Parts: sequence; C-alpha cells; structure tokens
Amino acid sequence: MIADASHPRSRSLIAPYLAFVVAGFRRYATYRQAMVAAIFTNSVFGFLRCAVLLAVAGAGTGVVAGYDEARLATFVWAGQGLIGVVLLWAPPELADRIRTGEVVADLLRPIDLVWQHLAADLGRAALAVLTRFVGPLVVGALAFHLYAPRRVWTYPVFACSMALAVIVCFGCRYLVNAAAFWLLDARGPQIAWTLCSGVLGGLYFPVWFLPRAAALLLTIATPFPSIIQLPLDILVERGGWVEQAAALTVQAAWVVTILAVCRWVQRRGERRLVVHGG
Amino acid sequence: MASAGWSSTVASSRLGVYVHLLSAQVRSQAQYGTSFAIDVVGSIAFGLLDVVTVVVLFRVSPTLAGFTFPEVFLMTALASSAFAIADLLVGNVERLRFYVRTGLLDAVLVRPLGALLQLAAMDVAPRRVGRVAFGIAMVALAAVQARLALGPAGLALLAIAPVAGAVIFAAVFVASASVAFWWVESGEMANAVTYGGHDFAAYPVSIYGALMRRAFAYGLGFAFVSYYPALALLGRADPLGAPAALGYCSPLFAVAAAALAGLVWRTGVRHYRSTGS
Repeated sequence: MIADASHPRSRSLIAPYLAFVVAGFRRYATYRQAMVAAIFTNSVFGFLRCAVLLAVAGAGTGVVAGYDEARLATFVWAGQGLIGVVLLWAPPELADRIRTGEVVADLLRPIDLVWQHLAADLGRAALAVLTRFVGPLVVGALAFHLYAPRRVWTYPVFACSMALAVIVCFGCRYLVNAAAFWLLDARGPQIAWTLCSGVLGGLYFPVWFLPRAAALLLTIATPFPSIIQLPLDILVERGGWVEQAAALTVQAAWVVTILAVCRWVQRRGERRLVVHGG
Repeated sequence: MASAGWSSTVASSRLGVYVHLLSAQVRSQAQYGTSFAIDVVGSIAFGLLDVVTVVVLFRVSPTLAGFTFPEVFLMTALASSAFAIADLLVGNVERLRFYVRTGLLDAVLVRPLGALLQLAAMDVAPRRVGRVAFGIAMVALAAVQARLALGPAGLALLAIAPVAGAVIFAAVFVASASVAFWWVESGEMANAVTYGGHDFAAYPVSIYGALMRRAFAYGLGFAFVSYYPALALLGRADPLGAPAALGYCSPLFAVAAAALAGLVWRTGVRHYRSTGS
C-alpha cells in the first residue's frame, strides 16, 4: 500500500524534469541552421588553434607540456566540439528574464528553477554530443592525425567527465545570469565569464603551459579547467589512470560545490527580486 | 552656383546628422556610468588576452615557425589594434541579421541617410575605445621590444599599418554581415572570418597549413593586416617567398577591400525584402 502510494508521488516529482530534458533536446533540434553554422565556425577556429599549438610543438622536440603532436591536435579538435556540448557562450536568457521581470512566471511554477534549467540543459547537451561534438571531430580527423585513446576504460571515463563538465559549465552560467537578481545588468559578470572560461579553462592553450603551481591552483581552486581542460586531458590520456581518477574527482567536487552555490544564490536572489512595473 | 551651394549645405547638414546620432548614442551609453566603466575594463581585458596568449605560448616554446617573441608580438599587436579600431567603428554591423529578421531595417532604409553609416552610428560601442588605446600602446611597446630601426618610410608604415588593417577588418565585418540579406539564420558563421581573421593575423602566416593560408592570408587578405607590414618593419624576408615591399602595399589592398565590401553591401541592400510582418 505504502509503495503504491509513494510511487505516483515520486513519479510526479521526477516527471516534470524529465519533460524538461526532452524539451531541451527537441528545442535545440529545431535550430538546424544554427547548428550547421556553429559546426562550421568551430571547425574554422579548430584549424587556426591547431596550427598555433602544432607550431609551438614543432619548435622543440615535438612534445610540449606532456602533449605530443597527435595529442595536441586531438586536444584542439575535441575541445572545439566540447565547447558546443558544454555551451561555453550562451545568450543570457535568464538574466534577461530577471531584468524584464518575466522570471516571476517561472517562479510561480511548483518546480525548482535551478533543477528545471539544469534538466533543459542536459537535454540540449545530449543533442550537442551527437552534432556539435561529432562535427568538428570529423573535420579534424580528416585534416590532422588525431590520437585515439589506447585504454578501453578511457572512453566511459571521458563520457562521465563530459557529463560532469556540462553540469559545472551550466552552474557557472547560471551564477553569471543570477547576478542579475542583484545587478539587473549582468554584463560585467558576463564579460568576466567569457574571458576566464576561455583563457583559464584550457581553450586557448592547455593550462599546463603555465607554471605547474599556477596550473594546479587553477584546476583545484577554480571551476574553469573542469569544463574544458580536464575532460580533454582524460581523452588524450595525459598521464595514467591515477591522473584520470584525480581529474574526475576534482570535477565531481566542483559539480557538488557549484550546484550548492546555485541553490543558495537562487534562494537569496528570489528574496532580492523586485519586479519593475511600468 | 546656387545648386553647388545647396548640395554642399545638404552634405554638411548630413554630416551634422551623423554626428548628432553618434553623440546621442555616446551620451545615452554614458548615462549608466558603472556599466560603462565595467565595459571599458572588459574591453581592455580582451586586448590583454591577446598578449597573455602569446606570452604563454613563448613560455613553452623558444620560437614559432622560426619567429622570435618580439617578432610575433609585433604581429599580434598590429592585428589586435587593427581589429579593435574596426570593432569600435563597425563591429556591431554583425547585428544586421537581427535587423533583417525583425524588419527593423525598414526604418533605417526609409530615412534619407546611408543605411550603413546609420547602422554604424546607431550601434557604435564607445566602450571599445579601451581596447583601441590598449592595442595602440601594445604596438608602441612591440616596436620598442623588437628594437626597430626605422626611417621615415618605416615610421609611416608603423603608423598606417593599424589603420589599413582596421579598414581590412571593417570590410570583412561589413561583407560577412551582408550575408544576412540572403541567409538570415547564418548565425555566428560570420565570426569565423571576423574574430577568426583576428586570431589568424595574430601569428605569422607561415605557421598555417596550405588551406588556411589560401583562404585567410591571400583570399581574405589578412596577411596584409600584420604579417607583411611586420616583415617590412623588421626587415625580414618572407620565408614563404613574397617580395619585401608587399608590406607597404597594405593601404592599397585595404582600399580595394573596402570597395569590394561596399559593392557586396549595396547588392545586399538592393536584394533586401522586408519581413512583411
């Protein structure tokens, strides 16, 4: 009896979020031209970034900061796919809704705003893995010699790492948007995020190009490397399984931290919210 | 006589209207002091990012395709300052696809002023002045670092190169934004040649593969933004075999690029169909 009673209730708790996952997937599946444009653009930047990093490696012994040429090329091309999966630069939809007051309609619903947006983002990311991730990787594989992971477990570990990266990136973007509860105009945090996510996360150069202590500090004390750098390090097998496990642990810790901060900021923000009339 | 006087009055009053539009835009953005200050700082930070990347790359590598740090830094500084000037003046023309999609371009076209200059004046981003100032400072720093021994011709090239580069970038901004006249949902595709062009021009052309070289260096002419002028300033021969005087030709190329972009823009405007909604 008890099981029967609790079953529909737990379903009704989960079901709306599952619906948001599906909706996120289907929403982005309709933006087909934008998808093609993004794959094209990310591939062009792939060619540019790959040339720069290979020139860096070519000046020395061919190995730089623990990456050989095939690993560097893979780092760049998988990275160009990964920025589409984690959606590093998203339009500030939530910040706009907070500024205009439309967010009130979201808050009236009996579901949590953070989990709702996370669910929709997971759906979007699932589609992106099939499209925005695969696209640049195929282009890169045609034009360059890429590194295929040698160890079988690397593939499932990378899949986990990518999922964690999606959640960390979502959390960061959510916090940037939620700054609008206090600032109304969240452009400052937005700019800071655009700058930091690329340069401190490993997009423009692997963070291991920096002094080792600085790179370690960045990896542990900031969420940025958990989004691009660590998944790519796992994919190109920089180091053995110990390094891979350590990377995954750091990412998991950042997932827990960032979601906790998101929930806390959300609760505080709702109390700060002033809807402007007019 | 009368007609000449009339047309010159119209011309000066037109200029007055543009100045008016421009100053209204600057004043309106300056109203929000904190936002404006944050934007200026952000704009400088993006310029700083270009420099940081080059410094970090040279931390792990002594040379890049045979070029030393001061040589590459000069190219990066030239590309960065040229891009910043173009971005300040016409960077927001990339919003054209938004104007086409919503039909807002109708309002621009019915006014008795040039559509492109109107858009530039309406969307000017004075905050980007930060990156321009930073870029120019970087060019000066790079010139000192590379110990350039310049005669009058060299000094003139150093001063003109960022401007010519800016015209080339502006031409690419306008031509690539014009794609929206034919394909509204082109999305961020234009970024590949605008921001991509900036990234490309920050490094010597010789690091790129044949495909990128043909498309970006020669096809779109980004070699004239920084690579050829820098080689001429440094007195270095092009490892790819181009004549040394090519650096001094970048203003000529810039004029040709601007003319071509103007042609694409005018064809696009003629092709424009309103949304009708």
